[in-house]
Amino acid sequence: MNQTAIKLDGVERNFGAVRALAGVSLEVGSGECLGLVGHNGAGKSTLMHILAGTLSPDKGEISVGGARHEGQWSVNVARTNGIRCVFQELSLCPNLTVAENVRVVHGSLKGFGWKKRSRDLALAKLDEIFPGHGIGPTDAISDLPIGKRQMAEIARAFTLTDIPLRLVILDEPTSSLDAVTAQQLLTFIRSQVAKGTSVILISHLLGDILGTCDRIVVMKDGKAVAERPAKKFDRHSLVAAMGTVVSRHKSTDTKLEQAKSQAPVAIRARPKTASDTDELIAHKGEIIGLAGLSGHGQTRMLLQVFSRSDAEITEPLAFIAGDRQSDGIFNLWSIASNVTIRSLRSLLKRGLIVGDAESGLAAEWKDRMGIRTPDMNNNILTLSGGNQQKTLFARALASEAGIILMDDPMRGVDIGTKLEVYEMIAREARNGRTFIWYTTEMEELQYCDRAYVFRNGAISASLDHDDLTEEKILQASFAESSAA
Amino acid sequence: MNRSLLRSLLPIISLAVVLGATFYVQPRTMSYFGLNLMLQYAVPIALATIAQMFIITVNDLDLSIGPFVGLVGCISATLLYSNPLLGTLALLLCIAAYAAVGALIHSRNLPSIVVTLGLSFVWLGIAVLILPSPGGKAPGWLKSIMALQTPFIPFPIIAAIVIGLVVQLALMHSSLGVIARGAGGNPRAMARAGWSMLKTKAAMYALAGFFGVLSGLSLLGLTTSADAHVADRYTLYSIAGVILGGGEFIGGRVSPMGAVIGALTLALAGSFLIFLRISPDWQIGAQGAILILVLALKAPLTTREASK
Repeated sequence: MNQTAIKLDGVERNFGAVRALAGVSLEVGSGECLGLVGHNGAGKSTLMHILAGTLSPDKGEISVGGARHEGQWSVNVARTNGIRCVFQELSLCPNLTVAENVRVVHGSLKGFGWKKRSRDLALAKLDEIFPGHGIGPTDAISDLPIGKRQMAEIARAFTLTDIPLRLVILDEPTSSLDAVTAQQLLTFIRSQVAKGTSVILISHLLGDILGTCDRIVVMKDGKAVAERPAKKFDRHSLVAAMGTVVSRHKSTDTKLEQAKSQAPVAIRARPKTASDTDELIAHKGEIIGLAGLSGHGQTRMLLQVFSRSDAEITEPLAFIAGDRQSDGIFNLWSIASNVTIRSLRSLLKRGLIVGDAESGLAAEWKDRMGIRTPDMNNNILTLSGGNQQKTLFARALASEAGIILMDDPMRGVDIGTKLEVYEMIAREARNGRTFIWYTTEMEELQYCDRAYVFRNGAISASLDHDDLTEEKILQASFAESSAA
Repeated sequence: MNRSLLRSLLPIISLAVVLGATFYVQPRTMSYFGLNLMLQYAVPIALATIAQMFIITVNDLDLSIGPFVGLVGCISATLLYSNPLLGTLALLLCIAAYAAVGALIHSRNLPSIVVTLGLSFVWLGIAVLILPSPGGKAPGWLKSIMALQTPFIPFPIIAAIVIGLVVQLALMHSSLGVIARGAGGNPRAMARAGWSMLKTKAAMYALAGFFGVLSGLSLLGLTTSADAHVADRYTLYSIAGVILGGGEFIGGRVSPMGAVIGALTLALAGSFLIFLRISPDWQIGAQGAILILVLALKAPLTTREASK
């Protein structure tokens, strides 16, 4: 803690007219876990990219171990100084195995027997961080679900060969992990920090930050606006420092709830992934949560409903993907085209798309969702992650669909954006839309009228709004698993 | 797991089916001499397919490999024959040109299809300039290599297996092969891990050029004289061979052994159609039909795997 691992001094970075970093100074001591919070677009990811060497600063200095770095700071300089980074969007090669992906980041894994060394390295680190992970070192990444990919990438960042580990940057590392693996990771971070490695943890899950970090830096508009030991922060002061007003979720109106349960059934489906299981029933206007540990059949349930197999569906469907890079956005298209693609049929006139109607629809949803962009004709990738996700919401909500399926869509989205979207969902539900919402975050279940807890592909419990406590959900997620 | 096994076996199954059908139609091919005759052109096709595979590994496509093989043949039948030193230098220059094209495509972010389509006319033009009408002579050593009589197993089969194994080892099992395939799987991640994509692409294009040169040399050894147009069909053969062998156009998923087997299948399919007495006018179409059939079999295996 007394020694400096790395120090940034007055770092600035612009993207065209956008000022992503407006002079940030940051110091990380060795053996310290630094938490970094802020809205999406506050500059956290840019700052991490600069530390990792994938972006170069326009201005400012970087010092390693107390000595100022001279010359160009690059990926390889960062690597040789023992800096590793787990980026928000996964950086594994899907066509390679876990072990081969480990080799990619270690120049010294070569020559005779590199395969075995690489396999051993991957497996040992996975065992150390995530006991009982169920990942084989020769599994191809493309065969793994997103949660396990994230585990593989995290483990890769901590593997050691010839260069000692100085600093590991974790950008939203728990976004695709379930509660148990996330806790395993946080425990491991503490043990690494105790050994003298520094960690920068970026997360929108404030509980993780408050419970794990020694010190917290809050970023806003490209600047570090607050810095305190973690003990001096609590949830409210942290959110206040980020500049978000927390509106406490009001308990659902009982009358409305009763009205909802008497509304006509919109979906009735039985999971195909298990033989002995309850039915999923959603009434019109309800928000139904799918809970449980990740990868226990929730996404497959959504896909089953979406493909209308073994399911009674009364209304058109729309799907909001959680893995927005691979299932969500068209990354060569403009924001507007990404919004309107689901609604093109309603924009037709004599078989052709009416351009004015299309841009009108895009403009309407820019305002309604609050997508932060000067021009909807900009490429979708000019948006920050949270705003890209808003675009996907706009796409679904702009359509005629009466049922919206959501596949854990809030991964890595900042709390301000989340609150806006939650409000939108509640409003749309009051207008008669039905939502099926798979989420890995306990807090989001508070917005649901009812939740189904999944275990091994089956619905193990159905909990009404008032019963939705962390304890009951965990109980339903784990029950019998020890006996089985 | 079973499906991925089935998928990797598909190239071998399709080869076995075509081979079986050929033996059934023309039992006399089931001999050392028969196989040698049927498969001799499989060697240059296999080499061209490997060349194409290196390009496909990094998510590009080479539409100029056929004319390039033709150009190599023309250079070798003239320059290499009359002046071995100058000829070797010219061939090395060809490989360097390929590397430069790869670097250009990467650094200017150009679509490889357009660049190589344009280059196919450049290669053809140079070949015609060197050798305006079919002719020239293959160097003696080249002819004797290609006419090699190996005991028990015909030379083309041994050559194909050796080519396949060497490349398989280099690309699928070496630590540098991982980098090459990673460049196709997620180029951004590779750059973030500190690997130069420019160097990787240039190296892969250079390897493609090297195998293109080998393909041209082996073809010349068989035909003994050159023609600028002799290998025009190789462009499509090579792409089809890679895909038939289990490779995919994007994502760095390739299989060298599979590509060689794909090339053998294509070469055999040609002979098979001749034995069926299908008129040459229809042969290309019939080959296309075989390709579509095999790829149609592959598609459900791929999609089911993805949905898993």
